[in-house]
Amino acid sequence: MLRQSLLAPLTDEALRRAFIGASAIALGSGPVGVFLMLRRMALMGDTMTHAILPGVAVGFLIAGVDSVAMTIGGLVAGVIVAVLTGIVTRTTHLKEDASLAGFFLIALALGVVILSVGGGDDEIVHVLFGDVAALDGPKLVLIAVVASISLVVLALIWRPLVLECVDPQFLRSVSGAGGPVHIAFLALVVLNLVAAFPVMGTLLAVGLMMLPAVAARFWARDITSMAVVSVGIGIVSAYVGLAAAAALNAKPGPAVILVAGGIYVGSILFGRVGGVVWRAFPGRHLEA
Amino acid sequence: MSALLQFDDVTLGYDRHPAVHHLSGKVDAGELLAVLGPNGAGKSTLFKGVVGLLAPLTGRIELHGLRRADIAYLPQAADIDRSFPISLYDLVAMGLWRATGLFGSIGRNERHKVEHAIAAVGLTGFEERPIGTLSVGQMQRALFARLLLQDARVLVLDEPFNAVDSKTIADLVVLVQRWHGEHRTVIAALHDLELVRDHFPQTLLLAREPVAWGVTRDVLTADNLLKARRMCEAFDDDAEACRVDAA
Repeated sequence: MLRQSLLAPLTDEALRRAFIGASAIALGSGPVGVFLMLRRMALMGDTMTHAILPGVAVGFLIAGVDSVAMTIGGLVAGVIVAVLTGIVTRTTHLKEDASLAGFFLIALALGVVILSVGGGDDEIVHVLFGDVAALDGPKLVLIAVVASISLVVLALIWRPLVLECVDPQFLRSVSGAGGPVHIAFLALVVLNLVAAFPVMGTLLAVGLMMLPAVAARFWARDITSMAVVSVGIGIVSAYVGLAAAAALNAKPGPAVILVAGGIYVGSILFGRVGGVVWRAFPGRHLEA
Repeated sequence: MSALLQFDDVTLGYDRHPAVHHLSGKVDAGELLAVLGPNGAGKSTLFKGVVGLLAPLTGRIELHGLRRADIAYLPQAADIDRSFPISLYDLVAMGLWRATGLFGSIGRNERHKVEHAIAAVGLTGFEERPIGTLSVGQMQRALFARLLLQDARVLVLDEPFNAVDSKTIADLVVLVQRWHGEHRTVIAALHDLELVRDHFPQTLLLAREPVAWGVTRDVLTADNLLKARRMCEAFDDDAEACRVDAA
């Protein structure tokens, strides 16, 4: 029985799809999450999940639950909020968090109003928490496309993105790439959240983005290895979480996020880079 | 010698209040110019205008045949996120931007240049150190190594020797001299009169209004220095619109 559950993400059809989908999400989301964390925008992903809600709701009203229209709607709403936020941040004296807060609250309220007018409680739960069984072929393809786009775009903008984080003034003095790169990055955040929400639900879509990233901070010293570690943690969380969900008959999405959360707490305690245990017992100081 | 930078009655400032008031003059190619003045005299504001981060309120700053990438700028308080996990090597390598751009690879030739620049500022052996672990002086050396790689025709250095020990200053002044020898144009904001007298042939003494501009020993007279010190730092909220423009 236990053995069956352990292998379930490989043998069970629905769970296998979920594992493949979640792993693909982890590929794109992990590095994006690392950059969000390093730019002190860790809560921004969470905010963006609220921002996609009106688009999801409109898609749901037009084409019903489980539709690709919901995903596309989410994408449109997310991109609109991200671009508006970027423009307001760069052209007014409002900082990013403030301008985002303004837009996401409008979006969230709008989304709930649309859902409450057009749908019932079941649909709301479905949208908020996701459904692994709903992961059909077209959605898997969408997730794969998003993961591919994320990796390619990250590879293209990696250098200016790092520069924009470390020394934005220097980037401005040598190149005008800062603005476009920033907006491309925000678009990646939205894309990855939209890809994740059918599996994880809008509430937890940000889980595979931020938890592996913040956990990776305790295992790696430079940005590149941090991104790689975050992807690994994401994939391991997906597998273990889905197996646990099969064994306990629990909801798979939250189970995956809980496992990622467990790895995060473990990393705080035992992580080689700044973990609590290593800080408590640092060893004798060195000669030089 | 031809003028590389030309200031035509330039006023720079914030919210209509001038921080640099009616500056005219020119900087020739290959010049080594010190900008001297009390805190709040407008040195940093002037530099922001030169590198294009701040548009003049009135007047024009003309850059003759210079592109953005031709001017390397070392801001006074570089807003570098020192908690960001990259190494000193990667920070210095950013200076290659003009050569590599967004996508250009860093091959053996470029790696050689980076190592050379790091050696020139005396940081060999520190390549893999995260930038968060560097001291203030080491950080300034690293930023100078980055400037070396930028291979710029004009270098704008805003108080590059602040909070840096005398050994580091001596080492970095050698680099400034080297740039001067290579006929690059260097403009540096400084506070140390002795340093300016010893190493900078030209000086602009600024106290919001330009007090004097020319050969260093003619500019740094007791009279001029006293004038510069008397300038008033605070903006006046009730100030009238400047009459020079109306005239």
